[in-house]
Amino acid sequence: MENSLRQYIDLYRANGEDLDSRSAPVINALRRDACRRLEEMTLPAAGTENYEVTDLPGILGHDYGLNVRRVPLAVDPAESFRCGVPRMSTALFMLVNDRFGRIGDSESVLPVGVEVCGLADMARRCPERVADYYGRLADMANPIVALSTLLAQDGVWIRIPAGVKVERPVQLVEILGGADNLMAVRRVVIVAEPGSEVRILVCDHTLPSARDMMALQTIEIYAAENSRVELYDLEESSEGTHRLSSLWLRQEKDSHVTLNGLTIYNGVTRNEYHTVFAAPGSTLHLSGMGIADRERVIDTYSHVDHQYGHCSTEELFKFSVDDKARCAFTGMVKVAHGAEKTEASQTNRNLIGSHEARMHSKPQLEIYNDDVRCSHGSATGRLDEMQLFYMRTRGLDESEARLLLKQAFMADVIDKVAIPGLRERLIYMVERRFAGESAGCHDCNSECPGLRG
Amino acid sequence: MLKVTDLHAEINGKEILKGINLEVRPGEVHAIMGPNGSGKSTLSMVLAGNPAYTVTGGTAEFYGKDLLAMPPEVRSHEGVFLGFQYPVEIPGVSMMNFMRAAVNARRKYFGEPPMGAADFLKLMRDKRAVVELDTKLASRSVNEGFSGGEKKRNEIFQMAVLEPRLSILDETDSGLDIDALRIVAEGVNKLKTADNATIVITHYQRLLDYIKPDVVHILYKGRIVKTAGPELALELEERGYDWIKKELGEE
Repeated sequence: MENSLRQYIDLYRANGEDLDSRSAPVINALRRDACRRLEEMTLPAAGTENYEVTDLPGILGHDYGLNVRRVPLAVDPAESFRCGVPRMSTALFMLVNDRFGRIGDSESVLPVGVEVCGLADMARRCPERVADYYGRLADMANPIVALSTLLAQDGVWIRIPAGVKVERPVQLVEILGGADNLMAVRRVVIVAEPGSEVRILVCDHTLPSARDMMALQTIEIYAAENSRVELYDLEESSEGTHRLSSLWLRQEKDSHVTLNGLTIYNGVTRNEYHTVFAAPGSTLHLSGMGIADRERVIDTYSHVDHQYGHCSTEELFKFSVDDKARCAFTGMVKVAHGAEKTEASQTNRNLIGSHEARMHSKPQLEIYNDDVRCSHGSATGRLDEMQLFYMRTRGLDESEARLLLKQAFMADVIDKVAIPGLRERLIYMVERRFAGESAGCHDCNSECPGLRG
Repeated sequence: MLKVTDLHAEINGKEILKGINLEVRPGEVHAIMGPNGSGKSTLSMVLAGNPAYTVTGGTAEFYGKDLLAMPPEVRSHEGVFLGFQYPVEIPGVSMMNFMRAAVNARRKYFGEPPMGAADFLKLMRDKRAVVELDTKLASRSVNEGFSGGEKKRNEIFQMAVLEPRLSILDETDSGLDIDALRIVAEGVNKLKTADNATIVITHYQRLLDYIKPDVVHILYKGRIVKTAGPELALELEERGYDWIKKELGEE
């Protein structure tokens, strides 16, 4: 076992009762196995395969504390914080560290039967229902999954009953805050039953006062037959934030899923997407973008498993890397034996803005079947000099031309956003981000040094 | 207006312009002709300020100001326009946003507030008419997926919007069929006033049937080797560039 994992196992052993008593049996039931896995685990070092820019031993070696007794925050973030994606017609919920909260009557705007609530709460009320899904998809061999299983007490449960189409997007504002050096462990379970439809927007923030925070999260998404799920995960945190996120998706027959991860502001981020087609006829749109400058780090890992034929994946990730920032894209599309008529495209494009910026790109295809259409590609470069010159001959100064070109670079990722109003808002946010300003600041009551570019 | 004296320029260490002298006055149309590789496009790039080219000697004054000291955007504000031989595609930037940025950048340079939305739309509509540019193109990304003719028309459209004092049109006729050529040439003629000037860079005489030059220069191996009236273009058409080479004692 890694030394950096020792402190968490010790913490679990010393506080197991507190952890359990403030959670739910379904969640507690998996801790022992997680502990055993972690004791046998060697964390991958930075720069090793699939962990090009994420230093897991270093990050987890930091002395994080957990709010095991779940003491509420002294300040009410809902009062002092406004999300940068305001005034959209959404059903709005909050997750403060790992504690779920409602805002007003957000549930009443959702169709009857739709469940959006705290995970532990649901696990206590309907243990069988949650036990069918919690921890069933996420692989415990994954360090983020194992550690979050060991330490999780709460999170979010979303279930859309069969045939229910949720018109209004569900917006979940996640806030990280409280004491310095705090680790918040979040588990999210999303169940879209057969024929259901839902669009979810997650806005991930860190309170301005918080330093050296860690968000450790595992998301499990079950897209049943004929369901449609869209998940937009927007990070606007701070330079003092570490985010380790592991998303697991299982798609049943004829399901259609869109995942879009947008990192506008961050500190150190690792986003993993593990998806599997467990039946034929489904589509996945997997995309994302990251804007990294200063010394920020964005690491994206994706593993798309085509176990059955007649499914299609369209994957697109784009990064803009400036200053001393480091980004990585590691993507694997696997087409299993017998998965005929698979269509998969995987694209990674990156913009490098300085000599010290680093981009690692590793697009991969593994195909074990004939009769498939697959492509992958990666390109990393600077802004086109001729485009810049052309714009300057029309009167735009160099910085304005660069700004427009960088925005344009991200346009196709933003175009994949289908929530009304969100696309326009993202265009604005990206424009402000590249201009060195935060779009969220106007709508927020907080003093926020961390969000400034 | 423009006074170029003994201009030398190179790219990647290779000297292309070897002492250009050129004077353009308001109201004039100049044609610069020459065989491939003579330095025609380089001259246009250097006058517009492409940073890929290095000026190694000589001067260029524009209304008494040192043109070579200005960044490309200031040259644009001061009234120099370059119509590109190969207009650049800019995916993701709409024509409308691009032109709004261009118009407002100039207004800012002259201390004016940004143009209102209604005025801007009217400006776009009026100027599109000059070159019969399709409305649909305005909503598309800059030059992306435009045909050769549409790209060249789009250049003249931008010229109409920016109302330059000096337009340098680099091979505006290349890649145009006869109808597109006529539309582009008519656009240029419509925009001509007693106060502005045009430098038409072309390989062939064809465009000069539509845009009548006052002065014709022949550029050869980085120098202007002959300057005369419009009859020079006709002579070139008749006798070809070999005639010039012979005159210069080359074979």
